[in-house]
Formats: sequence, C-alpha cells, structure tokens
Amino acid sequence: MTASGVATFAQLPDAAGHFGPYGGKFVPETLMAALEELEAAYRQTRGEPSFQQELERLHRHYVGRPTPLYHAQRLSRELGGAQIYLKREDLAHTGAHKINNALGQGLLARRLGKSRIIAETGAGQHGVATATVCAMLGLECVVYMGEVDIQRQSLNVFRMKLLGAEVRPVASGSKTLKDAINETIRDWVTNVATTHYILGSVVGPHPYPMMVRDFQSVIGRETRQQALDQVGRLPEVIVACVGGGSNSMGIFHPFLQDTAVRLIGVEAAGKGLETGEHAASLGAGRFGVLHGAASYLLQDAQGQVLETHSISAGLDYPGVGPEHAYLKDSGRAEYVAVTDQEAMDGFQLLCRTEGIIPALESAHAVAYAARLAAQLGRDQVVVVNLSGRGDKDMHTVAGVLGIIL
Amino acid sequence: MSNSSRIVTCFARLKAARRTGVITYLTVGYPTLAETPALGSALIQGGSCLIELGVPFSDPLADGATIQRANTAALQQGVGLAACLEVARWLRQEWRDVPLVLMGYYNTFLSYGLERFCADAAAVGVDGAIVVDLPPEESGPLLQHAGPAGLAVIPLLAPTSTEERIRRVATQASGFIYCVSVAGITGARDRLPEHLPPFLARVRTHTGLPLAVGFGLSRPEHVAAVGQWAEAAVIGSAIIDTIDRSLPQERVAALRSYVSALCGHPLSRHSK
Repeated sequence: MTASGVATFAQLPDAAGHFGPYGGKFVPETLMAALEELEAAYRQTRGEPSFQQELERLHRHYVGRPTPLYHAQRLSRELGGAQIYLKREDLAHTGAHKINNALGQGLLARRLGKSRIIAETGAGQHGVATATVCAMLGLECVVYMGEVDIQRQSLNVFRMKLLGAEVRPVASGSKTLKDAINETIRDWVTNVATTHYILGSVVGPHPYPMMVRDFQSVIGRETRQQALDQVGRLPEVIVACVGGGSNSMGIFHPFLQDTAVRLIGVEAAGKGLETGEHAASLGAGRFGVLHGAASYLLQDAQGQVLETHSISAGLDYPGVGPEHAYLKDSGRAEYVAVTDQEAMDGFQLLCRTEGIIPALESAHAVAYAARLAAQLGRDQVVVVNLSGRGDKDMHTVAGVLGIIL
Repeated sequence: MSNSSRIVTCFARLKAARRTGVITYLTVGYPTLAETPALGSALIQGGSCLIELGVPFSDPLADGATIQRANTAALQQGVGLAACLEVARWLRQEWRDVPLVLMGYYNTFLSYGLERFCADAAAVGVDGAIVVDLPPEESGPLLQHAGPAGLAVIPLLAPTSTEERIRRVATQASGFIYCVSVAGITGARDRLPEHLPPFLARVRTHTGLPLAVGFGLSRPEHVAAVGQWAEAAVIGSAIIDTIDRSLPQERVAALRSYVSALCGHPLSRHSK
C-alpha cells in the first residue's frame, strides 16, 4: 500500500459520491434534489458541536455506548490459537449496531424539518432501530418489509408495531430486503417533500454510503481506543459480517490507515457458492448498478438482479456497499464467505463457550474468526464485531435444529 | 432516414400540423413476447408519434404496480435487452419513420455493454434511450457512445428539479426532454397536478427542445390539457391497463382504438 493510497481511503468518496468506479447517484431525477439537500444538510450538521454533543449524549445514555470490547477467553482457549475479542454491539439498545445509524439520521431528519420517516428492513433490526428512534423523537414511522422476512422475523414485526411504527408488507419480487428497498424508494419519490428515508446500510445513492459509514464508525473508533487500553496495541485482525456492509464498514473505517491491521469481511455463502443459493456479492458478483449505486452485484447474464439466499435475513441482499467494493479491489480488505451450516456451528460455539447468543448475521463472523484464530499464534489478537444478538433468530435456529417451539 | 433525426422530424411534423403528440409505452414481452410486434404496430396505427419500448428489469423502482407486473411477466419469459432490440428491428422494418426509443433501467444497458448497446441499437433502427435511473451526473459513459452512434439520450426532469439542474439537463439533452408530471411513480391518475404548468414553464425558459409530459396520463382530456404547455403526452400504464381489459384476440384492435381516441383522429399518418 502506497502512502498516497492510504491518504485516498480517508478522503473517499469524492465530491460526486464515487469510491473509484463505485458508488454515485443512480436514481430517478425526482430524488436528485432531495439527495443534494440531504448531503448539504449532513455536511453542515456533522460539523456542528451541538449536533455532535446531542449524538454523544444519546449514545451514552440511550444506546448504552461505549459497548464493551470483551476478551472471549474460553472461546480462545477452546480454539487454541489467537485471542478473540468481541465488540459487543449486541449490547447496544435494541440489540444491534443498527441503532447507531438510525439515531444519527433521526436527529438529522428532525433538523431537516421532516416529520415523516420511512425505512426498509430485512431482518427487522434496522426497522426496530428506526421505530425506536422515531418513538423517542416523536416522528411518524413507516417500515417496509418483504413478506418472506415478515414471516421469518415475526418477533421484530411485533416489536416495531409496539414502538408505534406502521409495518407495510412488500409482495413484489423476491419479497425480501431488495424489494423492501424498492418500495421504500417508491414511497420516497412520492412523498419526498415531507419525508426522510433512513436507509439502514452503507448502500444506496450518495450520500448514504458515506453518511451511514460515518454514523457507524463509532464502532471502530471505540474498538481502536479499547484495544489500545486493554491490549496495549492494535489487533492483528478485525472480522465482521457483510450483507449491505454497515457494521463491517463501521468497524473497518477507523482502521483503514492502520495497514498492519487485516480487515476481513465475511459474506453469506448460504448453501455454498457453487449452488448459486447464496448472498456473496463480492465473492461471486460483478459490476452493476442497484438501488442508486454502482458496486458488485449478483445478477444474471442479462443484468437482472438475482434472488439470494442466506439463513440470516440481514445478509440476504444481492448488492453490497460501494466502499466495500473499492476496498476489495484495492486489496485493503479481504472478503470471504461462510455457509449457513458454518454460521450455525459458529452460533452454537459462541453460545456454549461464552454464554452469548449472537445474531445469525454475526455468527458468520464468529465462524470465520474461529477458523482463522485456530491457525494463528496465541499472542495474536482477533476482534470480531458481534453486530447483534440472536433473540430474533430463535425460530430459525430451532427450525434448523429440528426443534418445535 | 438516420437515427435520432427521426425524433427531430417527428416533432417538426407535429408542429406543422399543430397537433399534440401522443407517445406510447409498451413493456416488451407483455403480455407475451410473441404479441409485442403486433401490439407495437397497433400503437403506431392508432396514431402514436413515437414508441417507447420498455426494457424489462427485475427492480423497476420508479414504476407503479401496473408496469411492475408487466416487467415481471416479461422476465418470466426471459425477455431482456437483446429481445427488445429484435422487436425494434421488426418494427423498424414495418415502420420507416416512427421514432423508436428504448426505456429502462441502467443495469440492463450496463450489463449488455454500453458501446455494444449503442452500436446494436443504431443498427436495428432505434433512435434513442430513456434510462430512468441515470441522472446527468452519471450519464457520461452512455453519452460517450450514444453520440457517435447517433442515438439520442432523452433526459428526465421532475417538478422537484432545481433551476440549476434544469439548466444542466437542457444543455446536454438531445431529441426531447421527458418531464415527469408528478413527484411519484408511474401509474394512471385521475387529474393533472396543479403545479404542472409552472413546472413546464420553468423548463421552457432553459430549452428550445420539445417537451413530453409523462406519468399518470390516460385520457384524451389529459392529452388536450398537456398540449397547452408541451409538445407531447406520454401514455404508459394505461396502455398496459388497456391490454389487460381486452380478450387476447381483441388486444390489437383495442390498443389501436384506444390510442386513436387519445390522438383525436382515426387513422395513422405514418407511412409504411
């Protein structure tokens, strides 16, 4: 990595929202003015001390930040290799990292004077986080969710309704996250004057990939300081799961210029990359445009977006954040994939050794970290971003294990 | 006649005849790929001044339920950009001077290859492309290949477009400008929005190009109203709705008479 290359990472995206050939703003003209307004408001607001103070106050007293960096000693001993540390985003309010972004955008929406919030959700964690923030800020909230996801995440649907959100089922296409995003964009095109769209990942048109990354970077900033305090140095490796890629980008970004730190993103290999039933956009996709950004995309020969599969609804998405595409091409981050079965094994391993039930999304990162740690020396440190807790996945896990609840 | 100059000629004729153009949209492959050529011909026979051939896409995020459904039906038959070009080739052989424009989403064009698309489209007699999710900021790569091939890249403007954006779009536009009538998605609506005349007036101050108004139009009175401020009206979802209301053997006749009613005259002026 050259010095100029390192400097480039910190400066991206460019003024047009591009990360090299990726990113950009590929949306209908109706939304362009709203994106320009959002970007201007975000660039102005993020520099205001009063905004940062309010965000920090709520991080501390509402979300419960900083979340712990926990040395998983039994897990590390069992694997017999590197020391595994868990960044406990599962302990954040609502049970996942999604609250970091929802809170930041919610505060921004209020400053923009938008009283109505819309959001998409896959696993339901972003929907729950958005509904939570809207309840706390007194904003109207509509969440779009694919019918398939509504079925497999019924608990989160109930949570959103309790929090006062309206959950609108999406019956088009594959009835999962990508279709929920389509429908949310249709709503936004129609109601753009009154409505802010809280997009839940580092995907979509500029400025979303940049803005969501910035709001999620609190994970990496805390991890960096905690590693210095607890270990006395930076970790050798950071591992995080990648669907759209917000938790991984959040923990990666503050480490981009620490080139000795390996950054590893773990995609969902579903039933295996060779089966075609997976969600590994970086591992098996090619250049394309979906939901407003250019990135790696799972698509057929005619450019139609493919339906994806993962045991975890939060990773079940055919695209990936444009900055991840850029980090992959540049070699700064590595991307691997683990199967549904491996994720289940990682899930059970963490339950058994540490008394922590991870989200199935995070279990992908646990599974890969476990495999990697076993090959590394005991003096090495691997940080796993434990992006969410697994309560929402009990029905899915029980089903896989053949247990009727 | 060369590509994209058909569009210029088409609007010149409308002006000379003092008529409001009726542009019609048809999703290629709806209801079946086999029917598309005949349905396209019916639109022309009914009096359409320009045909938009919809390129099916899996994620049509600017479209309402009607065109989404048409896209899904087309995709189930495997219809992609290559099939759309074949339909265009057939229509061009039948209809010498009617402009044909492909309308769709960027990824299908990108996947086909922009340079290859422009060359192939020009070769079969396509005159232009409307790419719904390609604003001027991102349209450089397509324009680079479209220009030499003689294809017009028709830009879209919306009521939410700022003065600066209108100016920018106007300077790089060719053919005509597609003005979206509402902040919203496609689909037939009862009435025209009140902000339409001032929006079109704003656009007019920045361009001498013809303006076509689309999204939500379905009735002869919509066409007449649009004609007060623009050169053409675009009818899309209502074409799909008309197909749906007709028995299979009556679809061609139904489309012909529907478009002819929109045009306010019974026969096509296009030469074969």
